[in-house]
Amino acid sequence: MADHLLQVEDLKQYFPVRTGFLQSRQLKAVDGVSFHIDAGETLGLVGESGCGKTTVGRSLLRLYKPTGGTIRFKGELVDDESIKRLRKQMQVVFQDPYSSLNPRMTVADIIGEPLDIHKLYKTEKEREEKVVQLLELVGLNSDHKRRYAHEFSGGQRQRIGIARALAVDPEFIVADEPVSALDVSIQAQIINTFVELQERLGLAYLFIAHDLHVVHHVSRRIAVMYLGKIVETASADQVIASPLHPYTASLISAIPVADPDKARTRHRIVLEGEVPSPLNIPEGCSFRPRCRYATEICAEQTPQLRELAPGHEVACWNPLFD
Amino acid sequence: MSQSPLLQVRNLHTIFPTESGEVRAVNGINFSLARGKVLGIVGESGSGKSVTAYSILRILDNPGKITQGSVLFEEEDLVRLSPGEMRHVRGAKISIIFQDPMTSLNPVYTVGNQLSEAIRLHTRRNRQQARARALEMLTLVGVNEPEKRLKQYPYQLSGGMRQRVMIAMALACEPDILIADEPTTALDVTIQAQILELMQDLKEKLGMAIIMITHDLGVIAEMCDEIIVMYAGRVCERGTAEEIFYNPRHEYTKGLLRSIPKLETGKGRLMPIGGSPVDLLNLPEGCAFAARCDSAMKICLREQPEELRINEHHLASCWLNVKNQMEGGQEHG
Repeated sequence: MADHLLQVEDLKQYFPVRTGFLQSRQLKAVDGVSFHIDAGETLGLVGESGCGKTTVGRSLLRLYKPTGGTIRFKGELVDDESIKRLRKQMQVVFQDPYSSLNPRMTVADIIGEPLDIHKLYKTEKEREEKVVQLLELVGLNSDHKRRYAHEFSGGQRQRIGIARALAVDPEFIVADEPVSALDVSIQAQIINTFVELQERLGLAYLFIAHDLHVVHHVSRRIAVMYLGKIVETASADQVIASPLHPYTASLISAIPVADPDKARTRHRIVLEGEVPSPLNIPEGCSFRPRCRYATEICAEQTPQLRELAPGHEVACWNPLFD
Repeated sequence: MSQSPLLQVRNLHTIFPTESGEVRAVNGINFSLARGKVLGIVGESGSGKSVTAYSILRILDNPGKITQGSVLFEEEDLVRLSPGEMRHVRGAKISIIFQDPMTSLNPVYTVGNQLSEAIRLHTRRNRQQARARALEMLTLVGVNEPEKRLKQYPYQLSGGMRQRVMIAMALACEPDILIADEPTTALDVTIQAQILELMQDLKEKLGMAIIMITHDLGVIAEMCDEIIVMYAGRVCERGTAEEIFYNPRHEYTKGLLRSIPKLETGKGRLMPIGGSPVDLLNLPEGCAFAARCDSAMKICLREQPEELRINEHHLASCWLNVKNQMEGGQEHG
């Protein structure tokens, strides 16, 4: 078990939601999720809004206190006590580069703050050198350090966010939709930065995104989430080339293809209906109401993840073999 | 591209005067739209694609104003219409749906109320007839339980449902042109697929033309007959979808097409466009894209390229094309 950098077992994250006077219900944002990430690899986590992918990322870092399950980092249990130390090794990059940087702080202070907290320098000069090193690492330069976040474009701000995460020299980064707020031409720059940093520093990523193209590009393996559960995991190429879960297949087919000829000739699976409310998850398989392959058993029993091919797990009673 | 076009935009300029100077959002763009066709306008944030749409409908936010150019629709110049005359065009002849269906619906009126209001404003229907029409429209756009939805408020609907209501409202008076400003950007991919299919379906049924504004090249490829690529308030190139995707003749378009990750191609590095988006307050003298262009020549920094006809279906504004043509029409590599 200690082989994996990060090992997540049966992670549950419920939130109480008030539904009326003195009444409340559990919103099961994440409901029994297990996965692992090895050192230096990227696991992509995809799904639609409300599927719980961001919550998974935040629970890993104990930004929320998980309702159930265990998280181990290098074999060590992540709890209230150990997280203070472990945050030096586990960091996060947020989606919105506009709201995740303090507008009153200079770039040097934003990047220097984690160095202060973890006491990673001896002299002021050393701190400054580290800040400049970090700026250069993410493709900015030392002229930028006295400026404020509002002086930068979206892509540059995301670079500052990455530099802040790298300040403590972590081994693992949760990247929560890090490029979805950026323009297409800038997205590619930031994706390249993530890939380059991984090669240079041996980082492991949990790369959370709704865009399968982006996730496929950066990930070795992909996990697909639907309503708080992982419904399929496999290597990035397997997921795209031979999806076994009907939801994964429809997700892939729903992505518009930037190629007019292909777009006009291909057959698209358009899903009926919408994602049910996580307050009101259907019994059995939660994808059943939208699934064209659903049978009786799907309404009765919740399918568990099963390994159907080497490294390819799917939670479905009627997987797509052809 | 021939015949008499339904809509013709000529040399349109729109500016926003601000304290720190004039933001030149749209700088002399030209295009035309034929009846029943789908025209895509693609570009990054700040490229002027939405401002173009708002200029056509004259719904620019303060202090934006059109300073030059014309928008010809049915032989009338919309730029010169009085506000009263313009009101008869909006919603009735040309209507628009916005990116965020939550903020474009009024939260304190029911769906039925808002739909009927739009219908009664532009047609001679009475209250009951308008309500019947509203019901008909909701059914047309695939809203389930339309009777019940009429009595509901926007907050009670999901994002996809709200966008369907917006489409129903926009189409209730059977406009000639529907402008869709990033209609699916706020939606999940599976819901996006539903909405795009609905729009294609309705286009066939009602025969309207669509102007589709988006930053998503995938959506453009799926929907559009013709494409305009915009950068810094100018048109880089325009032409049929095939021409733009398979024979791009502007370095910005080429860069955009290279920079998107594709499922088929291998991993490795993406080829991004370097640099940062242009500052609209300080537009450069020459080609706005020159600072980010790997093939920029001296002239690109000094002078704006003219629009050059590449072939019957394709126009582009890039000095490289001019250079190639002078060198004997050799294919530029």
